[in-house]
Amino acid sequence: MSFSTKTVRQPEPAAATGTLISRRVSSSNHTWNLVLVGIVLALGVLLPFLLPAAELGVAMRILIFALMGVGWNMMSGFGGMFSFGHAAFFGIGAYTTAFLLVEVGLTPWIGMIVGMIVSAAAAVGISYLALRYQLRGAYYALSTFAFAEMLRLFVIGNESLNKTVGFTVPVMFGDNWSMFQFRAGSPIYFWIGTAMLVIVMLFCIWFLRSRAGRFAIATRDDELAAAAVGIPTLRYKLTLVAISAAITALAGALYLQFYMFIDPDLAFGATVSNNAIITAVVGGVGTLWGPVLGAVIVAPLSDLVTELLRHPPEWLSFLEGLDGLDILVYAVVLIAFVLLLPKGIVGTFLGRRKK
Amino acid sequence: MALLEVTGLSKSFRGLQALKNVTISVDEGEILGIIGSNGAGKTTLFNAVTGAFAPDAGTVALDGEDITGAKMHTLARRGLVRTFQLMRPFGTLSTIDNVTIAVQSRGVRPESRARDEATMILARTGLDQWADATSGSLPTAVQKRLELARALAMEPRVLLLDEVLAGLVPSEREPVLELLDSLRKNDGVTMVFIEHIMAAVRRLSDRVVMMDQGAVLAQGDVDEVLANPDVVAAYLGKEYGDAA
Amino acid sequence: MSPQAQAPAHPQANTPSPPPAARRANGRPSTRTLLVAAALLVIASVVAGIVSGSTTVLVQALVTGLLTGGVYSLIAMGLTLVYGVLHVINFANGSLVAVAMFVSYLAVNALGLHPYVALIVTVPVMALIGAGIQAGLLNPIMRAPIHTQLLVTIGVALAFESLLLMIAGPNPKSVSLPGDFGVDIFGATVSVARIYAFAGALVLVALLWIVLQKTRMGTAIRSVAASPEGARLVGINVKRIYVITFALGAAAAGAAGTLVAPFTTIEPTAGATFNLTAFVVVVLGGMGNVPGALVGGLIVGLTEQLGGLILPGQSPLLAVFVVFLLVLFAKPQGIFGRSS
Repeated sequence: MSFSTKTVRQPEPAAATGTLISRRVSSSNHTWNLVLVGIVLALGVLLPFLLPAAELGVAMRILIFALMGVGWNMMSGFGGMFSFGHAAFFGIGAYTTAFLLVEVGLTPWIGMIVGMIVSAAAAVGISYLALRYQLRGAYYALSTFAFAEMLRLFVIGNESLNKTVGFTVPVMFGDNWSMFQFRAGSPIYFWIGTAMLVIVMLFCIWFLRSRAGRFAIATRDDELAAAAVGIPTLRYKLTLVAISAAITALAGALYLQFYMFIDPDLAFGATVSNNAIITAVVGGVGTLWGPVLGAVIVAPLSDLVTELLRHPPEWLSFLEGLDGLDILVYAVVLIAFVLLLPKGIVGTFLGRRKK
Repeated sequence: MALLEVTGLSKSFRGLQALKNVTISVDEGEILGIIGSNGAGKTTLFNAVTGAFAPDAGTVALDGEDITGAKMHTLARRGLVRTFQLMRPFGTLSTIDNVTIAVQSRGVRPESRARDEATMILARTGLDQWADATSGSLPTAVQKRLELARALAMEPRVLLLDEVLAGLVPSEREPVLELLDSLRKNDGVTMVFIEHIMAAVRRLSDRVVMMDQGAVLAQGDVDEVLANPDVVAAYLGKEYGDAA
Repeated sequence: MSPQAQAPAHPQANTPSPPPAARRANGRPSTRTLLVAAALLVIASVVAGIVSGSTTVLVQALVTGLLTGGVYSLIAMGLTLVYGVLHVINFANGSLVAVAMFVSYLAVNALGLHPYVALIVTVPVMALIGAGIQAGLLNPIMRAPIHTQLLVTIGVALAFESLLLMIAGPNPKSVSLPGDFGVDIFGATVSVARIYAFAGALVLVALLWIVLQKTRMGTAIRSVAASPEGARLVGINVKRIYVITFALGAAAAGAAGTLVAPFTTIEPTAGATFNLTAFVVVVLGGMGNVPGALVGGLIVGLTEQLGGLILPGQSPLLAVFVVFLLVLFAKPQGIFGRSS
C-alpha cells in the first residue's frame, strides 16, 4: 500500500476579506495559556498597589468587559453563532442577583450563581427554538437582538422588577464579605473580579481542550460533517450557548455589585451588546485571549475620550464638552477593525505566526 | 434480507422533484455503484438515506430496521457513514484531530486511546506525514483521503462514498481503490459509491444503479446497465471513459 | 453555520432545508397566511375591545394603529429593499431616518422651506450618503459572512447617532407643519400630518414598485436580488447596483424622515427606536418585499395599539416583539414571503 508522498504545495485557502473567525489549529499552546493566566493573576493582585485609586474604576470596567467578551466569544467565536443581543444574558445575571438581594436578602454570592443558571437556561431555551426552527444568517441575528430588546421592554413594564427605576444595592458599612460589599473604591472588588476572570479563563482553557469542546469546535467548523461523524451537534451548540450565557451573567453580577445599581438600559441596552462585540472583534473573535486584550483596549476608551473632552489640546479645542464623541470613537474602532483587521489583534498575530 | 433497503424514496425541493420513487437494495458485503450525470439526484439520495433531511415519501431500512428520517449523527454512530463530494474537513483542526474526533464520537475513551486508533487509521490511509497539519490547508488529494480516514474511523457497516476519486490524478486513485478493495475483503464493509470514472465503477462494483433526473433508470450488472439503450441515451452517447 | 470560504455555493448548498412551507417564488401572499393574520387581528381587536370596555377606545386604537402603521411601513421600505438585494440587515436604517429628520429641520429652519418641500433636499442628500456608505464600507466586504456586514452597519448607526449628538446636541428639536389641524375619523382625532405620512407611505410603495418593475435599473436590481452571479454573467455591474440599491434605501429612509418630522421628536436617539419596529415590519411582511412592508407596517401598528389595550401597563412594544419572535419561529418568510 503506497500512497503518493509527493508534497504538492497548495496555497492556504484565501479567507474572504472580512472573515472574522480565527482559523488556527487548536494547538499545544496550553503552556502559553497557563502562563498568560498566571500573568493576569499576578497583574490583578499587583494592580491596586500600582494604580491610583481613582483608576480602579477603569480597571474594573476592563474586567467586566473582559468577562463579557470572553462569554460572548464562546458562543459567537468558538460556536459560530453570532449573538447581537448578549445584553440579555448580562442583564439576567445583574437583575437576578439584584432581585434576590433586594427582595429576598439573599447574598449575591448565591444570587450570582442563580443568575448564571437562569441566564444559561434562558439562553438554551431561546437558542433551542432558533436552532430547531433553523433560523439562519440575518434571521438568527435578529432573533438574538429581539430577545434582548424584549427582555428590556418586559422589565420596564414589570412592577416587581421596579420598571424603569431599577434596583439599588442597599449600602452596608465597611467590608462585608458575606454580602459581597466593600468600602467604596476598595481594591477587594478588583481582586475578586480578577479571581473571576482567572477562573473563567481556566475553565475555558479546560473546556476547549476537552472532548466536548473539540466536538463543539468541529461543529462550528462544519456542522454537516460533524453530524456525519456522529456528533449530536445540537447538544454541543447548546452547551456552548449555556457556557457563554453563564459567563456573561457573571459579568452582570459583578457590575451590579461594583456599581451598586442596575436599570433596564444598563442591563439590557444595545450598548451592552455592542460592547461585548467590539471587545471581541478588536481582540480577535474565536481566540481565547482576544477578548481580554480587547477589553484592555476598548474599556478605557470612553474614559480617555471623556478626559480629552474635558481638557482638549489646542488644536482640538472645538471638541470641548461635546457629547457623543466617545460613541463615535467606538463606532470608528468597530468599523475600522471589521474592515481592516477582521481577525482582531490576537487573531492576526496568531495567523501570522502559523506561516 | 438486504443490509440497506431504500423503498420508493421521493423528495422535492421548491417544486423540483429531486428524487422520484427510488428503490434500491444493497446486500451485506456488496459494493454498489451509482452512476448518472450531474443533477441526477445521486447526492440527494445519499442525503436522504443518511438523515440530512426527511424524505417526502418512501422508507429507508438498515438491517431490517426503519431508519427513515432518523438523525444523521445517530445513523453515523450505527455504522451508516458517508463522505462528501466537496471535502468538509474540520478546517481549524489538525488532520489527526479530525480523525480522533470521529473515533471519540464512537465512544472510545480515553483520548489517548482514541488518538492511537486515529494514528493507525492515518497510517492505513497514508496520511501519517500530514498528521499535525491544519486540515483546512491540505492539498485536495490529501483532504480527500482525510474524508475517507474520518469515515473509516466510524467503523462503518455501510459506507456511502460520494465521488471519492474526483480531483485525484490517476496515480493517486490506485491506492484509494486498493484501500476500498481491502475494506471489502478484510473488514467486510458494504459500500455504495457514486462515481463518474467508469473504469473504477467496473473494477469495484458488484452491481450498478444508474440514476437520471431523480429516478432509477436501470440497475443490475455493470455491463448490462452500460449497454442499456436508455442509459446510453441519457448520457447522450458520450463515452464516459477514463484512461487510467 | 460554517464560515468556510472554500464552498463556492451558498453555505446551505449541502445542508438541505426541511420541507419548505408554502414558499412563494413571486412574493405574493399565501391566502392561508393572510387569512390567519386577518383572523388574529380580528380576535385581538375583539379582546382589546372587551378588556378596555369601550368601543371608542377600540376605534381610536385601530385608527391610530393604522396611521402609525403607515409610518412604520414608510420607515421600513428602505430596509426591506436593501435586504432583498444585498441580504444585509441595515442596522443603520433608523439612524438614516434620524439624519433625514435633522436635515429636514435644517432645511426648514435655515432655508425656510415648507416641511414637505424639504423632500427636495433630504432625498438627494440621503441618497448620496447611502451611496457613500455602500461604496466605501460595504462593497469591499460583500463576500464576507453576514455578521461582518451587520457589524459595519451597527458601526455606521452608532457613528450617525453620535455625530448627530455632537453636532446638534441632545435637546430635541421639532418641525411643525404650517396649517396642521386635527381631523376626526370615527370619533378619533388625528393630526392631518399623520394622514399625509400615511399617504406618503402609499405613494412611496407605488414609486418603488414602479422603479423596480418598470425601469431598466429596477430590472437590474431585481436580477441581482435573484442571483448576483447570474446578473454578473449577463453583464450587470453588481457592485454598482449594490450602491444604487443602498442609495435608494437611504433615499426612502430620507423621505420617511421628512414625512414624519412634523409629528415626531427629532433627537439623535430617535434612530434606535425606529429600528426596532422596522425590523419587525420587514420580517412580518417578508424580507425584501416592498408591498409586504406596507402590510407588515399596518399589522405592527395595529398590534402595538391593540397590545397596549390588551396588556395595559406593559410597553405596547412588548406585544410587538412577542409577535416578532413568534413569526420568526413559525413563518420567517413572513406573510408575503421573500421577494423573487
